[in-house]
Amino acid sequence: MADISQLAEAVAAAFPRDSVSVERGAEVVLRLRREALPDSMRLLRDDPRFAFEQCMDICGTDWPEKPERFEVIYNLLSLTLNQRLRVVVSTDAATPVPSVVEVWPTATWYEREAWDMYGIVFAGQTDLRRLLTDYGFEGHPLRKDFPLTGYVEVRYDEERKQVVYEPVKLTQDFRNFDFLSPWEGLTTLPGDEKVHLNRIEGPKPSQADEGVKP
Amino acid sequence: MSSSSAMASEAGPLSVAADPRQVASASGAEEGTRTVEVDSHTINFGPQHPAAHGVLRLILEMKGEVVERADPHIGLLHRGTEKLIEYKTYLQAMPYMDRLDYVSPMCMEHSYVLAVEKLLRIEDQIPERARVIRTMFAELTRILNHLLNVTTYALDCGAITPSLWGFEQREHLLEFYEAAGGSHYHVNYFRAGGVSRDIPKSLEDRIAGWCEQFPKFVDDLEGLLTENRIFKQRTVDIGVMSAEQAMEWGFSGPCLRASGVPWDLRKSQPYEIYADLDFEIPVGRHGDCYDRYLVRVQEMRQSLKLVQQCLARLKPGPVKIQDNKITPPKRGEMKRSMESLIHHFKLYTEGYHVPEGATYTVTEAPKGEFGVYLVADGTNRPYRCKIRAPGFAHLQAMEVLSKGHMLADAVAVIGSLDIVFGEIDR
Repeated sequence: MADISQLAEAVAAAFPRDSVSVERGAEVVLRLRREALPDSMRLLRDDPRFAFEQCMDICGTDWPEKPERFEVIYNLLSLTLNQRLRVVVSTDAATPVPSVVEVWPTATWYEREAWDMYGIVFAGQTDLRRLLTDYGFEGHPLRKDFPLTGYVEVRYDEERKQVVYEPVKLTQDFRNFDFLSPWEGLTTLPGDEKVHLNRIEGPKPSQADEGVKP
Repeated sequence: MSSSSAMASEAGPLSVAADPRQVASASGAEEGTRTVEVDSHTINFGPQHPAAHGVLRLILEMKGEVVERADPHIGLLHRGTEKLIEYKTYLQAMPYMDRLDYVSPMCMEHSYVLAVEKLLRIEDQIPERARVIRTMFAELTRILNHLLNVTTYALDCGAITPSLWGFEQREHLLEFYEAAGGSHYHVNYFRAGGVSRDIPKSLEDRIAGWCEQFPKFVDDLEGLLTENRIFKQRTVDIGVMSAEQAMEWGFSGPCLRASGVPWDLRKSQPYEIYADLDFEIPVGRHGDCYDRYLVRVQEMRQSLKLVQQCLARLKPGPVKIQDNKITPPKRGEMKRSMESLIHHFKLYTEGYHVPEGATYTVTEAPKGEFGVYLVADGTNRPYRCKIRAPGFAHLQAMEVLSKGHMLADAVAVIGSLDIVFGEIDR
């Protein structure tokens, strides 16, 4: 693997410096504006400093609490320079992201998948059919507000001699356990975050000390 | 296979019939020659077809017997693995990895385990024995995978014997799986921090014994196929992918190497103990189906070398890190130590919390670059786990590979890409 700092320097020289970060000292991340995506990607592929010939993966992530809830992540790989780069752009449900299919034809299925799973629209992508879900599926299952169990289930109807869709009926609902411990105790253990949260909201220890002294 | 109107209408926009007159004139209606009208039609290949290697529905637009367009419809095996993983703890998500590429389970676990270790920042603390065991099983898995692919590929091309021989060898390897992890396929053996338990004492000798006889088997297999006239007629110059094409279509693994790109993550971006091991990367030249077969066969030989080197490196020692926040305490300790009991309980209910961060971690799985893009938000469950399956990119290039070839060649192309739907549909 090529030197990470070298790549980070090169990327920082070609793009705004504050858009580049190095995660855990091992993975270079470049955050781009949507509009800049096609030109930047072409630069990343063709410029000999980067030479990212391969786009290995494109995927979405959902952060519902952010103003632009979706992120599209491109994982690029350069075979000649043996380096990897992660490019991140953010978008919301209505705003399209420019497609990179002109740069890497392999993007088609990845963009179709992101559309299918998150409802992220890619401008310039001519083939934006659903990919992984069923024919006629509604909704975008990897969104955080889509329930794990989904809305419909299928079964074979013996009378109608066909597969039928029905609303999900479960004998037991999905159980989402709260693993945060409500007990005071050894607060250094993982899982005691609730205690820490209460601590932050309550009076600070230093203030409490001052209160006691006089 | 027929061009029944029912199938054509089902395929919708693809079923545009070409003008028969055009076709006739294109085929050269010279004087004295017979004019044959060739109709364009659409056929539905799969989802239930033995050569589809699973549930592939391939809509083929044919001109006579020549493939004009190929449109793979995938997702018939979609189980929502990525969604399910978001609702499980890091430990509970492990078994889903086995079920991705069910032909090479441990290699799927490998990427995930390395990703979690990176986020936990324990990747430097993994004991040597665990690393060696993981590398050894990754290589055994590679042989396991290539055995299935090469032999069923031969089956697709009309040769039955290789699969009969190959599956016997696979059975031995699966017994090693069972000895190590307790199950033939879905072993759930690797763990963040090492492996779930040590391999039994006798296993090293059994694997060493198996290694003795395996080269003979590969020779026999090659004797059946490599210079086989029928096999070569079916595979040479079929589905050619140039190096440039392979790169822009996101190829990796044997499919990329068959196109002449000497790229192997075990060499170029080494993980585990690959940097210390001695092996070569087989590279093809033409990028056709035959080269993809040759690369896989040579990779089996290299993997065997790697397994033997791993066996030589196996020294007694711990197989997981000692941090009981991440790996469970010993059974015996739990009976005596309250702390161990608490650790065990906490680990198997709540699991460990992974610090915030994201990683794209890759390994060289038998089919190519298998990547896990893991986002942790500081809780005990992954916030996002995107699985980058090599077969996904390979299958997408199906149209490029099979265009202009005969229908029977499309079967050869699918076989040579090593498609497994567990990983593609996720």
